[in-house]
Amino acid sequence: MDLLVAENITKTFAKHRALNNVSISVPENSIFGLLGPNGAGKTTLIRIINQITGPDSGKVFLGGEKLQPKHIEYIGYLPEERGLYKKMTVGEQSIYLARLKGLSKSDAKKQLRYWFEKYEIGAWWDKKVEELSKGMQQKIQFIITILHKPKLLIFDEPFSGFDPINTNLLKEEILNLRNEGATVIFSTHNMASVEEICDHIALINKSKKILDGKVSDIQDEYKTSTYEIEYDSNTTQLSEFIPSNFEIVMKEELERGFRAKIKLPSDNHTNELLTALMKNSRIKLFKEIIPSMNEIFIRRVTEN
Amino acid sequence: MNKIWLVIQREYLSRVQKKSFIIMTILGPILMAALFIVPVYIATVSDEVKVVGIVDESGFFTDAFENSEKLKFKEMHMDIDEAKENYKKIGYNMVLYIPKPAYTYPKKITIYSQSEPGMSVERKIRKSINDDLRTMRLKDAGVGDDVISAMKDGVDLTSIKLGENGSEEKRTGTLNFILGTVLSLAIYFFIFFYGTQVMRGVIEEKTSRIIEVIISSLKPFQLMMGKIIGLSMVGLTQFLLWVIITTSIITGAKFAFSDNLAEIEKYQMQKTGQVIDPSNQVEVNAQYDKTAEILDTVMSIDFKVIIGSFLFYFLFGYLLYGALFAAIGGAVDNDADTQQFILPVTIPLIISIMALQPITNNPDGPVAFWLSIIPLTSPISMMIRIPFGVPWWQLALSMSLLVGGFIFFTWVAGKIYRVGILMYGKKISYKELWKWLRY
Repeated sequence: MDLLVAENITKTFAKHRALNNVSISVPENSIFGLLGPNGAGKTTLIRIINQITGPDSGKVFLGGEKLQPKHIEYIGYLPEERGLYKKMTVGEQSIYLARLKGLSKSDAKKQLRYWFEKYEIGAWWDKKVEELSKGMQQKIQFIITILHKPKLLIFDEPFSGFDPINTNLLKEEILNLRNEGATVIFSTHNMASVEEICDHIALINKSKKILDGKVSDIQDEYKTSTYEIEYDSNTTQLSEFIPSNFEIVMKEELERGFRAKIKLPSDNHTNELLTALMKNSRIKLFKEIIPSMNEIFIRRVTEN
Repeated sequence: MNKIWLVIQREYLSRVQKKSFIIMTILGPILMAALFIVPVYIATVSDEVKVVGIVDESGFFTDAFENSEKLKFKEMHMDIDEAKENYKKIGYNMVLYIPKPAYTYPKKITIYSQSEPGMSVERKIRKSINDDLRTMRLKDAGVGDDVISAMKDGVDLTSIKLGENGSEEKRTGTLNFILGTVLSLAIYFFIFFYGTQVMRGVIEEKTSRIIEVIISSLKPFQLMMGKIIGLSMVGLTQFLLWVIITTSIITGAKFAFSDNLAEIEKYQMQKTGQVIDPSNQVEVNAQYDKTAEILDTVMSIDFKVIIGSFLFYFLFGYLLYGALFAAIGGAVDNDADTQQFILPVTIPLIISIMALQPITNNPDGPVAFWLSIIPLTSPISMMIRIPFGVPWWQLALSMSLLVGGFIFFTWVAGKIYRVGILMYGKKISYKELWKWLRY
């Protein structure tokens, strides 16, 4: 079932069209990557889902209901432009922001205690935000976002400004939340993280959606039956022992042995390739080349 | 509604707990109390008597000067050059030189002194000499003594307010003037100080980038109104604390100085008792009359109307300007960019302060009328007029226009604010603002 459905969203600012007839469906309990270059319209779409701005036309449904003010409490949002009140203490601020999301004061305190213990940051409670480092502030913002246990979590460029250790922590936590039943929308142009954690994606470019679907399906669609091999052999000429309708895309000599990329007519020919290799060499590696999301992204955006 | 309340709470608590608020709250009353206490204190402490040596070559004015507590006149029997050299040794503060006139009476007199003689001394000397000269000239013209003394009698002007039903109330312009000025200035400062605080708060939320987190939880309009209302409560708290602390300081001071004060009074009583001079007695009586009159006027002022309308104009004036300042804060990225938008917003405020004099001179004139009707100037201008008495229909019109103005400007400000808070790094022009209104 889809938790969030946006249908034919169009939004225009003055003369600039930010979104042109964009539709997305976010399946429940999945991590959905919203991809696209800067200025493509990702943030506008996210703001519409958060009811910060309204669409000119099109509809948004959350859990089957038309989007309405009460849904604010079901959504946790970590914007790209994020910050905290500098002069307020961490504790007061966290409680305030949690209560704005509809939590009672005691619930907010209870939840905060849990998370502060989990991350071992209880000592920050009475500190002013300006005394914390940027990474520490990011952690607190993350906790505040997920504190009210929202059904739908929206992260806009969550990893910008995080160091690698915290990035990993965050990734783990996002996967945890998904496993516990949350649905996550995840906007980024960091493609490596998309492959790692996203189940579905939509690619937006110049205010239009140009690609969407399951990550594995998209990769299947874009793969070219090319295989990477590494082997040791006495005969240097690879083309001498593999069938002639196999195309050698690349070949290089390693310190010990060789590496090559071979394009097959179709995936049904893998065993033929393996048989030929077995006869003439010692196989060290045999792997299907799956196009990275980065390649697909660049290809689609430049094609467009 | 619940969320506005949360915002109000935050704005209120975070500001009331600030050091600057606490310092201002304590320092303000001390300064205000000092304003009342220091003059009294100085009066009791500094008993400096100034002595004026007179070199009167004309011989007309030897008796013209009456000694007073702070100012004594002594004749110097020497010529002016000698006097200039010696006046300090004798212990005089200055020399008044009246040269021998070329023809009948002197036209020019001079004061020689090292330090400034002071305005009041100069005025007193000028008045004494002019009074004497006039008497002498009148005598020369053959006017009798009885006529001359009769001419000194002045007239006592009282102004009576006639009510609709024919009732009569005494009033004095001065008291109304003071009351109107103080109350309207209070509104002016409050609007300015807390209006800019609203603007700063909005800019802070924008530059710290917390704004988007917050408006994903509530409507921008709720945030704006929460901020404005929260700050108005901070202002009211401060105002109230000032009134309470100032009154207690003054009462305390009165108590502490009470012995002193009693002594001063006794001393003064003795003095006036010594000089049993009929003219002086009249003056004392006149002073008692004056005090009674002021008390009378104070009683006659309709405090219910004044306090009620003060709170009304105080609140709605601030709410209206608070919304405008919030819109400015939303439209810009930092304090430096606010100037071009602050100016047009403050012009009506400055106009109403500049109109203070004309309005008190003619509280029912066209300037007073229009400025107290137009919503942007009415909070201050109407407050100046109210102690003088304003027809009820004008008050009703002004109040309803102010409420209407508040709703209109809040609506406009809300639109600008809503768009502005999510705009970064863009220099905003008036044309741009106009576009935002139609988003």
